[in-house]
Parts: sequence; C-alpha cells; structure tokens
Amino acid sequence: MAIIGSILLLVSVIYSWSFIEENSGLDKYYTLVLLLAAGMFGMMLTGDMFNFFVFLEITSIASCALIAFWTNKGKAVEAAFKYIVISSLAALFVLFAIALLYGQYNALNIAVLGSAIQFSYLDKIALVLLVAALAMKAGIVPMHMWLPDAYGRAPASVTIILVGATQASLYGVFRVCFTLYGNTINLSPTSIGWIIVLLGVITMLIGVSMALIQSDFKRLIAFSAVAEIGFIFLGIGTGLTLFANNQMFGLIGSTAMSGGIFHIINDSLDVGLLFLVAGAVYYATKETSLDKMGGLARNMKYTTILFIIGLLAISGIPPMNGFASKLLIYESTFQLNPILAIVAILSSIMLLAVFIKVFHSAFLGPAQPKFSAVKEVPKTMLLAMGIIASLIIIFGLFPDLIINNIIEPAVNSLINYNEYIKQVIPTFTGGF
Amino acid sequence: MSMFESLLNTLETGSGFWNPIVWLVSILIIFLIVHILRGFGNKNYKINTEQTKPFLSGNPEYEKEKMHIKGSNLYWGFTESLKWIFDILKKMHTGNVSDYVLWFIIVISILFLAVGLI
Repeated sequence: MAIIGSILLLVSVIYSWSFIEENSGLDKYYTLVLLLAAGMFGMMLTGDMFNFFVFLEITSIASCALIAFWTNKGKAVEAAFKYIVISSLAALFVLFAIALLYGQYNALNIAVLGSAIQFSYLDKIALVLLVAALAMKAGIVPMHMWLPDAYGRAPASVTIILVGATQASLYGVFRVCFTLYGNTINLSPTSIGWIIVLLGVITMLIGVSMALIQSDFKRLIAFSAVAEIGFIFLGIGTGLTLFANNQMFGLIGSTAMSGGIFHIINDSLDVGLLFLVAGAVYYATKETSLDKMGGLARNMKYTTILFIIGLLAISGIPPMNGFASKLLIYESTFQLNPILAIVAILSSIMLLAVFIKVFHSAFLGPAQPKFSAVKEVPKTMLLAMGIIASLIIIFGLFPDLIINNIIEPAVNSLINYNEYIKQVIPTFTGGF
Repeated sequence: MSMFESLLNTLETGSGFWNPIVWLVSILIIFLIVHILRGFGNKNYKINTEQTKPFLSGNPEYEKEKMHIKGSNLYWGFTESLKWIFDILKKMHTGNVSDYVLWFIIVISILFLAVGLI
C-alpha cells in the first residue's frame, strides 16, 4: 500500500510541475500535498487506533483544501464542502468506535485490542461504526456520492493522490475486519464477509451504470473508480466469507484475497492514469464535457496512446494488469457463487463500453475547428503518465512476480493476524 | 530459479492459469496469419475515390465536424430502453449533502441488524 502511495505521490508531483505552474498559491499547494501524503502513509502504516484517527483527520483536511484549490470555480468549493461534511462525520464515528474499545480494554494498540477483543455488545457497535465510516471514505455504494463530486472537481494532480487516500481507507476496513476483529468476526450471526460481498456487487453495478450516462470526463472516471472499488470489496469479501473454513479458504479464499489486494494496486494505477489523461485533455482544451470534444487524437497522439493503455487496463483486457487481478476475482467468486462472477464480468464489459464511449467522443472523429490550435501537453505531464503506463504494462506482463513478492506477503499479514499480534506482544499465546 | 525464469512464471488462479507472455506470442502468431491471409485479398481498392466515400442511404453528407456522434448520444438505444433504471439512479444522486448523510445512516442501520444488535 505504501509503495503504491509513494508512486502516486511521485507521479502527482512530476505532473503538477507543468499542470498547475500558472496557478498562484503553489507553496500552499505543495505543502498540502505533503500533508495529504503524510496522512495517507500514516493511515497505512500505523499500528495504533488513535493515530489512525489522527491521520484520517489530517488526510481529510488536506484533501478538502486541495479539492477547493481552484477556488475561482464555485463547484470546486461546493465539492470540498461536501467532502469535509462527510469526512468529519466519518471521523467522528471512528473516534466514537475507538472510545468504545478504549473504554473496555484500556488500550489503543491494534495488536493489543486484537488479542483482547471479546465481540461484546460494545465491540459490535464499534465494528459497525468503523466499517461503515471507513467504507464511506472508501466510496462504497450507497455512500459513494461525495466521491464523483470531489474527484470530478479537484485538479487531476490532486485526484491521483485522493485515489491513494481512498485506498488507505479501504485498507483500514480490511485491518479492522482481519487484524482487529480477526479472532471474533466469525461470531457474528450474519457473515460480515457476505455483507462486504453484497456491498461490492451493488457498488460495481451502480458505479458502472452511473458512469455510462455521464458526459463529464472526470465524473465518468470517478464513477468507474467507484465500480472498481466494488471489485476489491468482492474479492476481499469472498475471502472473509470463507475465513472460518480452513479447507475452502485454502482453495478459494486466499486466491480471492490475492485478487482483491492486487486489484487495489491495479485500480490505483489504472484510475490514476485515466484521471491524468483527463487532466491533460483539460489542460490542452479547457474542456471537460465529452459532448464538446472530438478528434483530439489528431493533435494529442501520445495522450491518446496513454488513454488506450488506461482503457484496456481498467476494462480488464489482457495483457494489462487489470486482467490478472480480475481473473483471480472471477475464478474465486465463481466457486463461491457463479452469479457473483457473472455480475463482475458484466461490470467489466460495461466498463469497456464506458471507456470506448470516451475514446470515441473525445479522441476519434473528424478534426474539430475549435481544437485546431490544440497541442500535445508538456513533457513532464507525459512523463508522469508514462511512468504509470509503464507500471501497468509491467504488472500486466509479469503478474506472478508481483503476486509472489508483494501481494502474497500482504495477504499473509492480513490472514495470519495472530502472528502480527505475537510480533507486537511476544507473550501472546494465540487466538480463540 | 533465475530472475529471467521467474519473470516467465505462470500465474496459478486456483482452477486455471494465466501467462501473458504465452498470450502475447499467440497474438503475434495470429496477427502474422491474418497478415498473410490479407495478402491474398482483392487489390482493386483505390483510396480517395468514390469507392471510399460513406453511403448514408442516399442522404447528403453533412460537414465532417457535424458528423461526429457526441458522447451523450453514443449508447442512446441502450440508455433509452433502460431509462427507468437510470432515472432511479439519477434520482438517488441528488447532490444534496443531507441525503449523503441519510444513506450513511441507512447503511449503519442495516449493519446493526446484520451483526445482531437490533
């Protein structure tokens, strides 16, 4: 997670070099970017619940300021307002959940709490509040509505870091379910795994359906990003559903979780690249409406090639990275319930249709007289997009290398939560 | 195992496998076969002649820039036939932050039911 966060941050700064050079307040911009990065990394790496809350707040405040960076546009300020209302509410519920856990166990360390948790009445309340608040920050349907507003109005160089921050919240959900509640989550009368699967399926379908009817380039990508988060939830939910059954988890669950976590990385890269392309198109044409675009491939050849790479990757077309992670999710969810895999494949096909619409309406077609003076974007912006496109191709061509060296250790650290607890508390003798 | 060999490893997916290098080689071979077959085709095609102009059922051709199908019109048939679904989805997305909070409360209530608190 931190590796991917670092890549997104580096790419954002390279892209910003040209993208916002004509704006004022750049000192504040870069300060806020670093603050957002600090919050994002803190959320991913901390082992303390209260620190997690503090980093969540830092991320929210920095994100809000960056979403409203173009203050001359009223809609950007409106989107930032919505974002801060939603973020404050989520943070408040996270804080309340932490207070409930602290009140019972007199501890804030995740490993200590994980070793002591009993799944009492208050623990259940804390679980619901943490999962709901972090799922809202991750953009799960029907709590996703702030996401297209925020992603759509922020500068493209900011949106790519916001994608990383959203994934950090998503990772927070997994840490809560596995590391914090891993010993007791199977005591719930309804499987939390099935709830996550259901939320994932709804997120995929609604995200992709809404993306199909958008005419604004960035809002369309934002709804596609929502759909992609559904895929991740589907993979992880499948793993969590089979968590109690050792044999089934070994056969299907671990593959589903590998697919889900691999898709976090792939989604960040694919959606990130598409947002940067949307930013490049805006930089060159000052236009975001797909209805007013056309024929841009004639003037912006490199940007068009980069868009095609993003299109293929997000739609799960081989040999791009999105295919490898989606294949793991399709095959594992098919064995849990074939309908889930059918819905996932249908969503992927619709994603392809969504981005073919963008490709046709923005890049193909006859040359438009109003875009005759449009030129290719500066080299730093191409370099930033090129870095992500290269990673998409490398991750797509060598998926086994990524899964063995990055994904498997991440999956193992989530499912072997007792090992994590033992590393922090050497005297811990095992779970329930 | 050498680094090169590990790059060529096949991804095991539980009930299947995926090797992008094999896929790429297969695609290249298919393209080669298609290219050879294309070589046997009719060579009477003449660019920039009447032969290459679009036929619009006898209707006159508009100026080129007006012929471009806009994004909103591209899937008109699909969106029109599923209008009732899209209308419901659009109605959900009010843009009002109070509604965003309402959805959050609804999800929390459902989760409370699911974990047996209510």
